[in-house]
Order: sequence, then C-alpha cells, then structure tokens
Amino acid sequence: MSNIVNYDERVKNFDWSISEKELGYKAGDVINIGWYCSDRICEMGKANKMALLWEGLGGVEKKFTYNDIRLASNTIGTFLRSLGVKNEDRVCLFMDKVPELYIGLIGILKIGAIAQPLFSAFGDESLFVRLDNAETTAIITQKKHLAKIRKILDRMPYLKHIIIVDYDGKYPLREREVAFSLEEATPIEKIDIYPTKAESPSILHYTSGTTGQPKGVKHVHYSLISQYLTTKWVLDNQENDIYWCTADPGWVTGTSYGIIGAFSTGVTQCVLDSGFAAEAWYKFIEKYKVTVWYSAPTAIRSLMKAGDEIIKKYDLSSLRNLASVGEPLNAEAVVWSEKVFGLQFLDSYWQTETGSIMISNYPGMKVKPGSMGKPFPGITATIIDPDTYEPIKEEGKIGLIAIKPGWPSMMRTYWNNEETYKNKFKNGWYLPGDRSTIDKDGYFWFIGRDDDIINTGGHLVSPFEVESALLEHEAVAESAVVSKPDVVNMEVVKAFVTIKAGFTADQDLELNIMNFIRKKLSPLAMPQEIEFIDSLPKTRSGKIMRRILHAKEWGEEIGDTSTLEND
Amino acid sequence: MNRDEIKDIVLKYVIAEYAEDENDEITFDTPLISGGIVDSFSMVSLKRFLENKYKISIPDEKASPEAFDSVNKITDLVIEFVG
Repeated sequence: MSNIVNYDERVKNFDWSISEKELGYKAGDVINIGWYCSDRICEMGKANKMALLWEGLGGVEKKFTYNDIRLASNTIGTFLRSLGVKNEDRVCLFMDKVPELYIGLIGILKIGAIAQPLFSAFGDESLFVRLDNAETTAIITQKKHLAKIRKILDRMPYLKHIIIVDYDGKYPLREREVAFSLEEATPIEKIDIYPTKAESPSILHYTSGTTGQPKGVKHVHYSLISQYLTTKWVLDNQENDIYWCTADPGWVTGTSYGIIGAFSTGVTQCVLDSGFAAEAWYKFIEKYKVTVWYSAPTAIRSLMKAGDEIIKKYDLSSLRNLASVGEPLNAEAVVWSEKVFGLQFLDSYWQTETGSIMISNYPGMKVKPGSMGKPFPGITATIIDPDTYEPIKEEGKIGLIAIKPGWPSMMRTYWNNEETYKNKFKNGWYLPGDRSTIDKDGYFWFIGRDDDIINTGGHLVSPFEVESALLEHEAVAESAVVSKPDVVNMEVVKAFVTIKAGFTADQDLELNIMNFIRKKLSPLAMPQEIEFIDSLPKTRSGKIMRRILHAKEWGEEIGDTSTLEND
Repeated sequence: MNRDEIKDIVLKYVIAEYAEDENDEITFDTPLISGGIVDSFSMVSLKRFLENKYKISIPDEKASPEAFDSVNKITDLVIEFVG
C-alpha cells in the first residue's frame, strides 16, 4: 500500500501536524535538519542501515551507513567551526555529486550555518554574482573547480576560506585555501548541534530573475516538515526502498529530495556521479535494484530518444514508483514509460521558492498524461486572472498559477531583496510565475511561463543575464535572448546579435561567442544558436522587443507592433 | 586528412575548451560525456566545432551522447561524414 493511501481522504483530513508528529516536533522545539537527516535515524535504531550508495566515474563505489553520515557530518561541521565559521555564515558547496556534497550540507546545517549549494558547471561570473550577493564566508570545492574561484578571488574580500576536499599536493595552496580530506580526518563522535528553531535560515538557493541579478531564495529549518511529508506521499519512499534522485544538489530538487527528503525519511539512496548516458543509467538501476526513481523530463526524453531496444538488455523489474520534475512532462513520455517500464512517470510541479512539491500526481491517483496533477494535501492552489488577481472559475481558461502562502517550506525572502520578494504576492496569493488551466476534475495543465525566463532542461536561465554577458564579448554590439523550442530540453537559449564594425559574422564567431558564454556563465546559459542580424526590433523609446523575436521562434502571432521603432 | 590528424585536433580542442583542471589527463579514450567532462549542453558547441572545422553537417540523430563519449568515437563520427 502506498504511503498516501488515498489522495482525496488525505485532502479532507489534512494538517501539517501529521508531519510534525511523525518527526516528533512540537512548536517552539529545536529543529535542525542536519540532526533529522542523520542522528535521528541512528537513534531510531537504523545506524547500520545504508544511507548512501555512491558510484563515480569508472564504477568507483563508496558506501555510507546512517552512522557514517552522522560521523562524517559531525567531522565536517567541526572542521568548519575550527576555521571560525559560525551560525548564519554562508557556506557554499561547489562540487560535483561527490559524497562530500551530500554530507557537507548536513554538516553545515548542524552548526547553524547557511548552506549555499551552487551548480558546479557555473562559470566564474555566475559563481561570482551569487557569492557576492550572499557575501559567502567559505566555499567547499574540488580542485577541478579551483581555477574558477581563483580567477574571481580578488573581488571577494569576505570569502575567508576555500576548502578543497580532494587536494593531492601536486601544486601549492594559495592564500585562503585549505585542504580537507573526509577520508583522512578523524571521525568526530559528538558535536554540539546548533539549536536552530523553525525560522532559522537553512539553505540559500539561487534562481534566475527576469531582470537584475539572480535572487537568493532563503529557506528555513522548518521546511523539513514539507519536504519530509512530500517525499513520503509523492515519492512514496518506504523502509526497504532504494531511491534514486537524479538531480544535482546544486539545484533545489537535489537538496529538497536528494538530501533532505531522502535522509530524513531514512531511506537508502544511491547517487551516480557521472554524465548522462542511457545505457549507464539502466545499468545503474539494474545494479542497485532501484525501486523509486525521481528524474526530469529532459532525461526521460533523452532515454526515449535512445530507443526501446537497449532497455531489454537490463533487468529493471525492481522499479515500482517513478516521478518527474523540472518542466512539464509531455503526455508521450508518460505513455512511453508505461509501455517500457510498466509504470507511469508521476509529474510534479514546484520551484526553488516553494521548497517542496506543490502540485503533483500521486501513487494510486488516476494519471491524466500531460497533466501536472492536483495540489498536495494542505496546499491551496488555483489559477487567477492576470489583471484582477481574482480566481478564475471557468473550466479550461488560462490563468496564473496562484498558491495560498503558509506551507512550511515556503521561501522566507530573497536575500537582500525584500522588495522583489513582496512583488511575488498579489491579492493574498503567491505567484510562481507560471500559467495553466484547470479541468473539470481539478487537474492542472501547464501552459508556460508568464515572463521571459527560459526553462531549459528544467533549469531557469535569465535572458537578461545572458544578454549582459554577451555585451562583454568584444564583437557584440547589441543582443537579445529568447527561448526556442527543443525536442529534448523543451526550450533552449537562442541569441540575436548585432556585431561591431571590424568583425565578420560567420560560424567561427558564432562558436567563439557560444564558448565565451559557456565559460563565463554556464553550459545551460550558452546560446545553442546565434543569429546575426543588422538591427534588433526596438520600441521608439529604445527598449528591445524580445516578444517579437520570441514569437518568430515559436511560430506565434507577433501581436501589436505599434510601438516598434522602425515600423 | 587522416584519422590520426583528426584525433589530435579533436583532443587538443577538448583539452583547451572543456578540461577544468589542467592536471586532469584526457586521452583518446577518456569518457567525455559519461565522465562529466562535456555535458549535454556543451555537446552542442563541440558539434558546432566539428562542423565548422571539417565543413560537415552532423544530423541530430547521429549526435548522441554515446557518439560523443570519447575522442576516438568522435573521430569515427567525423570520418563517417568527411568521407
């Protein structure tokens, strides 16, 4: 039987105290996610249960019991304290999916510091703006990423410690750099866990905005209440499951469900730290006998593209619950997964700011392929009119997704940006910035973003950030960035560029600009196509009309062009 | 252009553009995609380099993560289109 048992019954009888009771938490108590993810599971008599089965490149394996996680996180926390890191200091995790990333986050939370996970493929400028906004005290990283940090170090006087987890002594350490080896460090049996309370800050995740720099989404320790229960009821993690969340903890899915949800429910989870390859993924499922698999539409569509034949080579019969998040999962992918795995991927909808799943399909509830599903019990969600902000009653009409604030894992603010935070609320509703419809049965159907943000492979990219970076290229005079359709990633970044005199618009320049953005920002932000044009469409006041370029890429009506400069 | 020349050029480009740690040794058989050196987004720029350099067009269905997983495999792909 599934944990949720019956969706409708859960909705009728829901209260967040269900989660609080299961976790043994009462209002006003100390609540520390680090403790809940390690010590508590050990105290429940599961110290020797496998917590993390990790596999890296070339099949290298590492295994950690819950007691190992407890000791290792104590060790990292103690090491950070020895450097002078204190509660509410920001500590960035800038690593591939190595064990130190998973355990490091728990260690940071145990000492009351704020974990700031960042995607390790970020280029130096993307890294800088995020560290600068947070005024990060320490960064934990691998030697392969050190060059990017060294490049921007002079601009970050607040960054006191660069902790390298795999230093091999081949080159000298520089100022502020320190080596730390989890394998060589003496395990720390006891640590004074910082007595964080419900509203104590826990994690700072960065997300792209339509204008301006990325925003730091501040979460608190009480978010555990949502993350724990959604993990149980949507992903359906149970005592003997082997759980695989494919998301990178540099993004919110990787922390909420790859670390907090997984470890707080005491499940055994496995992690594959290597790039995508269909056969390698099937082999991994077979080897570890994965039962619950939480992945992303881009990955699922890539698996579809790889074909059905290779699936027959592997025994995937262990799988029992599949779920997806990041962008809407197309109906074809749901139908395909049922055909090849005998199971439908359950699509779920949420975002960095919500901290946990808001709308979803559930074990045992009828799935309408292509639908986002229904609100999680306790979540009041609807669609509202974009002008009046009043709920829309008509079935099938498009509106803005709106959620009543008050669930435990809701962001508490944007770091140093309270004004933007306040603007996310209208007429008593929180607006995630997406549009959808609701059908007669209460299922939500995703339509698209309500702004210019590009959702590529489940990751948000700000056109503004890419345009700003493009202008730093020596050949670029002006730029406009929009999304274009993509079969696998739903949409990808496309740039329209005018070039300066003396440069030739050719394929070599296009590649040069692509690589420039890839290294400066990230591979996600790299335009997959650059179109050189003579001039960009602008309003008479000089504002670039992105929507005209967007409409062209998507084959949509251009709409009103009365304000177009050269109309 | 022979196979060895293509291999050398591709390897040199991969090291220059995608290797993050200068101490990492990348050989003709090092897993690039599954090894996390080149991700699926960056694969687009690598494909574009090959197309520009060798004046070829690699269809999307041929540009799979498996076909780009090592310098040797990429060389096979290029040779298929260079003829």
